[in-house]
Amino acid sequence: MSAASDSVAPRRLPGGRAVEWLRANLFYSVPSALATLVLLYLAWRLVPPFIEWAFVNAVWRTGGSAACRAAAGHGACWAYIVEKHRFILFGTYPYAQQWRPGLGILLFIALYVVSSRRACWRPWLAWVWLGGLALIFLLMWGGVLGLPYVEDERWGGLMLTLILATFGIAAAFPLSILLALGRRSSMPAVRTACVIYIELIRGVPLISLLFMASVMLPLFLPSGVSIDKLLRAQIAMVMFAMAYLAEVVRGGLQAIPGGQYEAAEALGLSYWRKMLLIVLPQALRISIPPLVNTFIAFFKDTSLVVIIGLFDLLSAVKVGLEEPAWSGYGIEAYLFAALIYFAFCFSMSRYSQRLERDLARGRRHILREE
Amino acid sequence: MGGAAGRRAGWSLYDLRVRAILYQVLLVAAVGLVAWFLIYNTAHNLESRKIASGFGFLKREAGFAIGETTLISYNAADTYLRALTVGVLNTFRVSVIGVIAATLLGTLIGLARLSRNWLLSRLAAGYVETLRNVPLLVQLFFWYTVISDNLPGPRHALAPLPGVFLSNRGIALPVVQAHPAHAWIAAALIVGMVAAWLLTRWAKRRQALTGQPFPTLSAGSALVLGLPLIVFLVAGAPLHLERPVLQGFNFSGGMTLTPEFAALLGGLTTYTAAFIAEIVRAGVLAVDRGQFEAAYALGLRPRRAMRLVILPQALRVIVPPMTSQFLNLTKNSSLAVAIGYPDLVSIANTSMNQTGQAIEGIAIIMAVYLTISLSISAFMNWYNKRIALKGATRS
Repeated sequence: MSAASDSVAPRRLPGGRAVEWLRANLFYSVPSALATLVLLYLAWRLVPPFIEWAFVNAVWRTGGSAACRAAAGHGACWAYIVEKHRFILFGTYPYAQQWRPGLGILLFIALYVVSSRRACWRPWLAWVWLGGLALIFLLMWGGVLGLPYVEDERWGGLMLTLILATFGIAAAFPLSILLALGRRSSMPAVRTACVIYIELIRGVPLISLLFMASVMLPLFLPSGVSIDKLLRAQIAMVMFAMAYLAEVVRGGLQAIPGGQYEAAEALGLSYWRKMLLIVLPQALRISIPPLVNTFIAFFKDTSLVVIIGLFDLLSAVKVGLEEPAWSGYGIEAYLFAALIYFAFCFSMSRYSQRLERDLARGRRHILREE
Repeated sequence: MGGAAGRRAGWSLYDLRVRAILYQVLLVAAVGLVAWFLIYNTAHNLESRKIASGFGFLKREAGFAIGETTLISYNAADTYLRALTVGVLNTFRVSVIGVIAATLLGTLIGLARLSRNWLLSRLAAGYVETLRNVPLLVQLFFWYTVISDNLPGPRHALAPLPGVFLSNRGIALPVVQAHPAHAWIAAALIVGMVAAWLLTRWAKRRQALTGQPFPTLSAGSALVLGLPLIVFLVAGAPLHLERPVLQGFNFSGGMTLTPEFAALLGGLTTYTAAFIAEIVRAGVLAVDRGQFEAAYALGLRPRRAMRLVILPQALRVIVPPMTSQFLNLTKNSSLAVAIGYPDLVSIANTSMNQTGQAIEGIAIIMAVYLTISLSISAFMNWYNKRIALKGATRS
C-alpha cells in the first residue's frame, strides 16, 4: 500500500499541490474535516451579509443623515465618519487652524518611525525627541510666529490621544529607569520607597488614579494654584506608566549577568557611570520588546480619559453620536475607532515581534563568536 | 559612645556607607516634606471649601438608587456603607463570572491556535490579534451599543436557544426553580469535597509508605459528583426550569442580565480570553516534546503521563501570568463606570459627587483593589514557592 502511494506521489495532477495542502491542513482527520466544514458553513452564513452591510449597501456620501435613515437595518452608515472626520481627528480645535494638529500628527508619526530604526538608537535621538515634542507643543499652542494662541481645552481627537500617549511615555520612561534602579538599590530606605510606589500603583486600576488626578489633585495644591485638566490627566498617566515600565526595566537589569556589574566595579567606575555606561545600555536593549508591549497597553489605556471628560479620539467618536441626527450609529462609530487604535497597536506589536527575533539572532551570533 | 564611633577614621563624605545613610535620610526627609505639604494644603482647602472629612458619611442615607444588586438588597434609603458594599459585591460578581468564562474561552482559543487545522488556527490567531490591539473601553462601548441600541425590543426579541431571549432590555435566561432539596445537594457537594480531600491525603501517605498507588482521581470525582447526584435522585430529581415569559413590555420570570452587565461581562471575557489564549499556548509549547517520550519510556500511560508529567510543567509556566490576567480582569471591571454598571468605582463616584468627599471615596476604591491585589500576590508567592523546582539552581 505504502509502496503504491510512494510510486504514485511524484506524478501529481495539475492542482495536486493544492489538494495535498488541503488534505494536510484542513482535512487530515475526521474531527478536523468536521471543524473545517462547520467553520466554512459559518463563514458562508456570516461573511456575505457583513460585506453587504459594510460595503454594498453602505452609505458613504455625506450631507445629513437622511440617506442613512433610508438604509437603516441593511447598510452601514459610514457617512457618519465622513461627516465627523475632522472632529474625530482634531476635536474642537479651531477649524481654520486644523492644519496645525494635522502637521502635529505627521510629526508624531515621523518621530515613531525614526525611533524604530535601529540605526537611530544613538544619544542624538534624545535630542530629536526633545526638539520634536517642543515643536509639536509650539504648533499646538501657538501664540508665536503669527500663529494664534489655542488653549489646550480645545485640543482633542486623535491628536490628543497621541499627545497623551507620547508625552506620557516620554516622561515616564526616564523616571521608570530611576525607579527600577531604586528598587534594586542596596539602600533599604530607597528600595522600600520604590517597592511601595510600584506595588501601590500596580495594585489599583488606572481609573482610580484618573479620578484622583481630576478630583483630588486640586485639593493637594495651595489655594490659588491650579493645573488644567489635561495636565492633571497627563500626570496621572505618567505616574501609572512609570510603575509598569519600571518593572520591565527591572526585568532587563536582572537579566544582566553579575560579572558585568563586578567588571564595572573592578574598573573603578562610580555607581552612575557603571549604570550608564555598562549596565543600562545592555539592560535596555533586551527589554525593548517587553517595553514596546507596555507602550501598546499604555496607548490603549489613554482611552480611559473619556471617563474623566477629556476629549480624546474615543471621546470624540462618542460625543458625535449624542447629536440626535446621528444617534444610533454606534456600531459604525466604534468600529472606526477600533480600526484606528488597531492600526497603531498592531504595527507596534508587529514591530516588537520582529525586533525580538532580530535581537535574539544578534545574541546567538555573539554567543557563537565566544 | 556615639562620640567615639563618630571620630572613627572612615567618617567622611567620601565613605560610601556614610553617603548611603545621607542619601536615605534626604529621601525620607523629602518624602515627609512633600507629604506634609500635601496634607497641609488639603486640610486648608477642605476647611475653606467647607467639605467634611472622615468616614462619618458612610452611616448617612445614600439617597440614590442602584440598578442591580448581588446577594444583598438595597434601596435609596439605605446608607452609603450599604451602597458601597453593593458595589463591591457587583464587582465580585462580574469578576468571578468573567474569570471563569475567560479561562474557558481563552483555553479553547489557545488550543485552537495550536491546532493543525489551518483554518482553525488562523481564525484563533485573528481573534487574538484583533481583540488584543483594540482598547477594552472601545469594545465595551461597542457591546453596549450593540445590545441597547441595535437589538430589537422585548416583543421582537431574538431567541437563539429555547428560553433564551436577546433584547434591548438585556438577556433573559431560564433558571432552575428553587427547591428545598437544593440545600441538601449543596451540603452533599461540600461533604463530597471534604471526603475527596481526606481520601487524597490518605492515598498520598499510603503511596509514600507502601508504594501502592490508588485511583485518587476517579474515586475523588465519584465522591464529589456522586454524593450530590444521589441526593438529587433520592429527592425525586427536582429540576424545573423557570423560563422567562414576555409580559407587557418586558420579560418576567427566569433571570435577566441587564444590558450593562451583559456588555461588561461579554467585553471583559472576550478581551481577557485573548490574553489567556496566548498564555495557554506558551505554556503548552514550553513543555519539551522529550518529556512525553520520557514519560512513555517509564511506562506511564498517556493519561497518567499527562497528569503527572506534562500538566505540572505546563501549569508552572501558565499559572503565574494567568493570575495576573485574573487580576487585570478584576481591575478592568472598574471600566463599568463608563457604561453604567454599578460596580464599586461607579458607586464610589456617585457618592463622591454627592458628598464632595473625594479623598475618602478614592481611598475606599484603592483600599478594596489593593486588598484584592495583595491577597492574590500573596497567594502567588505561596504557590510559586510550592511549585518551585526543588533543589534547582538559580540561573
